[in-house]
Amino acid sequence: MLRLFLAGLAILCACLTANAQEVGLQPILQEHQETIAKSSRKTIKPAIDAIAASGLPQAQVMLETWGAKDMWMRKSDGLFFSAEQAEGQSYVLTDFDTGKVVGTIKKSDLKQLKPNSGVRAMIGTALVQFQLTDPDRKKRLAALQSIQRDPEGALLEPLRASIEDEADADLRARKQRLERLLTIGYDTDTAARVAAIEDMSDDLSVDVRAALNPLVVTSRKAAADLPLNVNVAVILEPGSDSLSRDEAYDLLVASDLAAPPVSPDNIRTALAGNIDGGRVGGVPVAQLNTTTARARAYATLAEAGIVPALVTEADIDTALGAHTFFETYAEASPEVTAAAEKALEQIELKVGLNQSLDLMLDAISLASIYFLAAIGLAITFGVMGVINMAHGEFIMMGAYTGYVVQQFIPDHTLSIIVAIPMAFAVTFAMGVAMERLVIRWLYSRPLETLLATFGISIALQQLAKNIFGTQARPLTAPGWLDGAWVLNDVVSISYIRIAIFVLALIFLGLFLYIMKRTRLGLEMRAVTQNPRMAGSIGINPGRVNMLTFGLGSGIAGIAGVAIGLFAKVTSDLGSDYIVQSFMTVVVGGVGNIWGALAGAGMIGFLQKGIEWMNPSNTLAAQTYMIVFIIIFIQFRPRGIVALKGRAAGD
Amino acid sequence: MERSFVAKNPSVLVFLAILSLFTLSVTVLSEGFGIGVISTSFVKTLGKTLCLCLIAVAMDLVWGFTGILSLGHFAFFGLGGYMIGLWLMYERTRLIVVESLSQTEIPPTPSEIADAIGNQIFGVVGSSEFPLIWAFSDSLFLQLALVVLIPGLLALVFGWLAFRSRVTGVYLSILTQAMTLALALYLFQNDSGLRGNNGLSGLQNLPGVTASQDVVSIWFLWASALALGLGYMLAAWVVSGKFGSVIRGIRDNEARVRFLGYSVEAYKLAVFALTACIAAIAGALYYPQAGIINPEEMAPIASIYLAVWVAIGGRGRLYGAVIGAAFVSLLSTWFTGGQAPDIPLGVYTIKWVDWWQVLLGVSFVLVTLFAPQGIGGLFDLLANRRPLDRHGANLGPDDGALREKEATE
Repeated sequence: MLRLFLAGLAILCACLTANAQEVGLQPILQEHQETIAKSSRKTIKPAIDAIAASGLPQAQVMLETWGAKDMWMRKSDGLFFSAEQAEGQSYVLTDFDTGKVVGTIKKSDLKQLKPNSGVRAMIGTALVQFQLTDPDRKKRLAALQSIQRDPEGALLEPLRASIEDEADADLRARKQRLERLLTIGYDTDTAARVAAIEDMSDDLSVDVRAALNPLVVTSRKAAADLPLNVNVAVILEPGSDSLSRDEAYDLLVASDLAAPPVSPDNIRTALAGNIDGGRVGGVPVAQLNTTTARARAYATLAEAGIVPALVTEADIDTALGAHTFFETYAEASPEVTAAAEKALEQIELKVGLNQSLDLMLDAISLASIYFLAAIGLAITFGVMGVINMAHGEFIMMGAYTGYVVQQFIPDHTLSIIVAIPMAFAVTFAMGVAMERLVIRWLYSRPLETLLATFGISIALQQLAKNIFGTQARPLTAPGWLDGAWVLNDVVSISYIRIAIFVLALIFLGLFLYIMKRTRLGLEMRAVTQNPRMAGSIGINPGRVNMLTFGLGSGIAGIAGVAIGLFAKVTSDLGSDYIVQSFMTVVVGGVGNIWGALAGAGMIGFLQKGIEWMNPSNTLAAQTYMIVFIIIFIQFRPRGIVALKGRAAGD
Repeated sequence: MERSFVAKNPSVLVFLAILSLFTLSVTVLSEGFGIGVISTSFVKTLGKTLCLCLIAVAMDLVWGFTGILSLGHFAFFGLGGYMIGLWLMYERTRLIVVESLSQTEIPPTPSEIADAIGNQIFGVVGSSEFPLIWAFSDSLFLQLALVVLIPGLLALVFGWLAFRSRVTGVYLSILTQAMTLALALYLFQNDSGLRGNNGLSGLQNLPGVTASQDVVSIWFLWASALALGLGYMLAAWVVSGKFGSVIRGIRDNEARVRFLGYSVEAYKLAVFALTACIAAIAGALYYPQAGIINPEEMAPIASIYLAVWVAIGGRGRLYGAVIGAAFVSLLSTWFTGGQAPDIPLGVYTIKWVDWWQVLLGVSFVLVTLFAPQGIGGLFDLLANRRPLDRHGANLGPDDGALREKEATE
């Protein structure tokens, strides 16, 4: 009785499971049991498609398990389970449909499914459609990113299907964008692709260009007649600028349509191989030092059939005349390539405009660096008329001060805040000492100031080398200055450069304030214009000169901290900037802060402009810039902003 | 005329006598021709020093006498070296290539030889074509002419542009410095045609000469001494006549000379171009002794050092320039060559290799401040020649004019 009951229970259970199986994944798996158990890239597709098409939520788990090689087959009945190793050689099986543990089974009764990488890739693709609708936002984002990294035609449909139900506005926009990109590349409908291309033709991003560029890739071909079923981009004329005669003939040779030409090296080798009693083809070896004699000897050999015949110019002409040269698109549809060309042209124009904007930002940042380096010089050279060749070394000292401060204060933000006044103090003191000890004795001999300060410059440089060594020292910018302000894929500027720009503006304001609004500025201007008269109305010219020089040197020190943030701090840091700084002041006009600004702007823009025209060669850019400046001085010897009247000094 | 020139410039005779004596004694002491007390490398150093003295004479002419502080004369020096280097390198490579190609079974065609030379010379910069600048490198005579012509022409064009727009004083110095920098940067490029920063090398081997370096170094010493002697006489002749008076006038007050009716620009241009040619000749003799030339040599700093030598030696007198160049460059070789003994200070040992630059810089400041006449001023003390005491006033009204205590003759 009990036995009967148990049997009946078993049947009931079987019936229940059978019922569950009808709506579950297992029947689908069983339908494709053969192919899944012996999976290969070629045969597995219907199985994966069926699993994906089932739309069951457990299909995602199953595919993930399969991809991770955690799906096992029970040998006794051929059912698939997710398995986890228990103790020893036994595994705990879990059913995909119910998610319940079925039992613990010995390894010998199981077969692990190990899909190869090709199959795993297909599993991954099938998974994407589940991930795209995954409730977890992070997973959806990851799925989008993986599509972006590795676009594939098969992903287009699942992606489209997932857009409708996307709740997150940001992700929805990203999905729509990605859908357009995939449509361009993989849609089967030409009209849809053209429409997608037109949609994206005002987008600047790199990925749009990456989607469009493969469409317009062309390859050069040669054939006797123009084939009918290819998408021809352009028909080339041999001997024109786009296809030289040599290139055309090489193309023929590469397509096995013509005999390869015999190069001079080949002739030489052939001749050397056929020396016969001091003669080659009847020509004495000693005479073979001209091209014509070699050709004659080679022709004799060719007639005898020992070497391949020489390809003459006439042969080349005949061969070129008999063939058509053209470029074909890899993409078959002419509508798509035409639309892509047009879109790329539009994008190119926009990219060009944005690049000039980017270039302008670069130029402004370079100009502010030059301005920063030159502003101290504008004071000492411009206002006082003192040539300070050691100005570059003050910049260097400022940068090293920043480095030393960072050794004691590890927090980068704080250390920069401390370093700026420290650098000012150090170089101010140095400048005052230099003015008192050396420069004031030489005010009447400007050329000798130049030489004496040069002496100081080489001494300071060597001292820095002795103290800090020759290798570059790091001056690390605080973390919040890392990275760049990105406007779009073309235009971006690093925060350090923005900071330097701001610093330059601050110094401009500071300088103007000191000169126009303070007692010191008034005295400075008085001493600059007429020291003796300034002295007779109670100003101490020596003190004013000392402070002016100190101020100029101090600003150079602060500029050094700023420059050190993006350049390497070495002992010849200053000498890299000294000539440019002098140029800035001379071009801009001496004795005027606006002149220094104009000079820095002009030099910055000029250098970036020349670099843009000849991007491979910054050395050439500097050369041309200096030559330009020398010529510029011809037309405005007193600089862009020239002082007039008595202040001009003559 | 000749007698009166010598009579007016007794220092020229003294100088020539000392130079001949120096050359003779070095020859006698050398390994090539004499008893071998002086090593060949030191003979080369001495020969190079003579070349540096020659360019210092040129610098003195343009700065000490005309008042143009040119920071570009080392560019002309380097250009001269490059011009002779073109021939030396081409000819030597050609000989080697012809020699190696003659070993092959088939005799080479002229174009094959040219290609092989090109490959040898320009392989380092990834090219094998001869740039235009090498057009005359196969002719010694033309290259020798170019040694003078190219720097002279450059000086003429640059000088004309600069003087025409009345760029003077420190502005001119900065402009010449910019010119030097531009030239050096240009030559640093690989596609400048002069092998970029590799420069030209192997210049110490004279093509077709089998004599050892011991002998060749003495030949160059003689040539350098001859060039220095001639250059010195030329400079002395230039500054002793009416021309010399005009250029000294320009130095002391340019405007006044212009108002007197002289074409100041023409005088300046003549001096600038002449000294550029002298500098180029000095360079053409220097670099075959150095063996290698690269754009580094033409960096602006070299020209500033030149000014330093002349200032330390004493500008405004030719022998001062020679003494300054010889003294400072030999001292520099001694210190940086590690021959100078270290000074132990207990906690710190002064290594002169590290501290020589500091010493040079500081002593240069001191010379500028306290002894504007430089070493040459010592001769005045010896001759007990004291200028009139004008209480240190400027001799001319211009800021750049010599003050009384710098004025010498």
